[in-house]
Amino acid sequence: MTSSQRKPIKAVGLMSGGLDSTLAARVLKEQGVEVIGLNFSTGFCTYDHHRAIARKDEDPRRMRNVALQAGAEAEVEVRVIDVADEYLEMVKHPKHGYGAAANPCIDCRIFMLNKAREIASQEGADIVFTGEVLGQRPMSQHRNALDMIEKETGLKGRLLRPLSALHLPPTIPEQEGTIDRERLLSIKGRSRKEQERLAEDLSIEDYPQPSGGCCFLADRNFGVRFHDLIREEEVMGRKVSRDEIVLLKVGRHFRLSASVKAVVGRDEGENGFLERFRDGRWRMAALDHVGPVTIVVGEPSVREIETAAALTARYCDGRREPSIRVRAERSAPHDEASAAPADPPAAEVLTVAPATEELLATLRVGL
Amino acid sequence: MTQARILKELERIKAPDDLEGDQVLDTMGLYCPVPIIRTAERTREMATGQVVEVLSDDRVVLIDMPAWCLSAGHIYLGFREEGRGWRLFVRKK
Repeated sequence: MTSSQRKPIKAVGLMSGGLDSTLAARVLKEQGVEVIGLNFSTGFCTYDHHRAIARKDEDPRRMRNVALQAGAEAEVEVRVIDVADEYLEMVKHPKHGYGAAANPCIDCRIFMLNKAREIASQEGADIVFTGEVLGQRPMSQHRNALDMIEKETGLKGRLLRPLSALHLPPTIPEQEGTIDRERLLSIKGRSRKEQERLAEDLSIEDYPQPSGGCCFLADRNFGVRFHDLIREEEVMGRKVSRDEIVLLKVGRHFRLSASVKAVVGRDEGENGFLERFRDGRWRMAALDHVGPVTIVVGEPSVREIETAAALTARYCDGRREPSIRVRAERSAPHDEASAAPADPPAAEVLTVAPATEELLATLRVGL
Repeated sequence: MTQARILKELERIKAPDDLEGDQVLDTMGLYCPVPIIRTAERTREMATGQVVEVLSDDRVVLIDMPAWCLSAGHIYLGFREEGRGWRLFVRKK
């Protein structure tokens, strides 16, 4: 049967914006498959965060959504889908555990493929595809992991990895002949050469280099902070908010008690970012010196407010002086929907000694 | 012309001063990809040929919106600077 005689089929797939998923989409499109790319906004993408803290003079091209760019390059519709709340619940309790940081790579794959399966069903798609390459990633792309992911997502026979397809059993559309197996690929391992050659053949010229660092969860420092926060959730018996997760991405973190943390900005971009989280929280800054903005998360005691002020003083330009004046203020929570009485705003100027190295070492969470 | 070059051309398109959308979507204060997610949701409710006018103050939208249009098949009609942000125009395919 020639490709023109075959029933046109539809595929839904995961598109990160990296070269592999872009090529996978394009390989299918080249044989007449109708392709929809899915890009899940998980809340842990470093690109998204970069946008939020970027300086005003930074080139916006460096902050573009690479999946949309890939969709434009591959001539494939890419849908960006917000899954942040659901994804966070998965990250807190991954069935298959974490990698070296807070990265639940196998559960992440299963989560995204389950979502893709749901969307494939709504769209009447025949198959789900990914840009996975056999042997490329140690935790999630070895053969056993690929088989297990396929089984757990209920996609057996319907999950196609076009770049490594010839190393894997044929999917149902390949067996039926609606996808031409001979036009799928046999890429394997960590080398990028074959992908780069294919990109050139397909005139795909603008794609990000693999960095391996596009997810906060794989960052060891973020991982330390994340696990610390989840311990707080378990110890205090409360659910951490999305804001608290977002705050893990910036600043220096100090745990003042089981339920109170101080986040100290490291530069102008982070200070600006932290300002967005001041509503209803204590916010601190040195009065007479250039220095960080500090946000206190939780309900601090008087002593913890003083400690947070000492931390603020420690990172301002006057840190070698014996005492520093720090303005500490708390605005009323900005929650018009809540009928509960809001705490009244508060402000005071504290004169404190900058925190010592010993204190920093005791309180610091991560780097 | 490659898709990358087409995209660069699209990014430069300025919308005419008198262009108006059939619908207006305000995404001021939201960072990409949220303006794109909202635009995609809005276009799903619109009829083919209608134009949505998107307000945004995230300059990354000037890069992401034409890319999304090229990816999804909608027609990007360009952007206009306005106050502290931009108005971008998209015709539904």
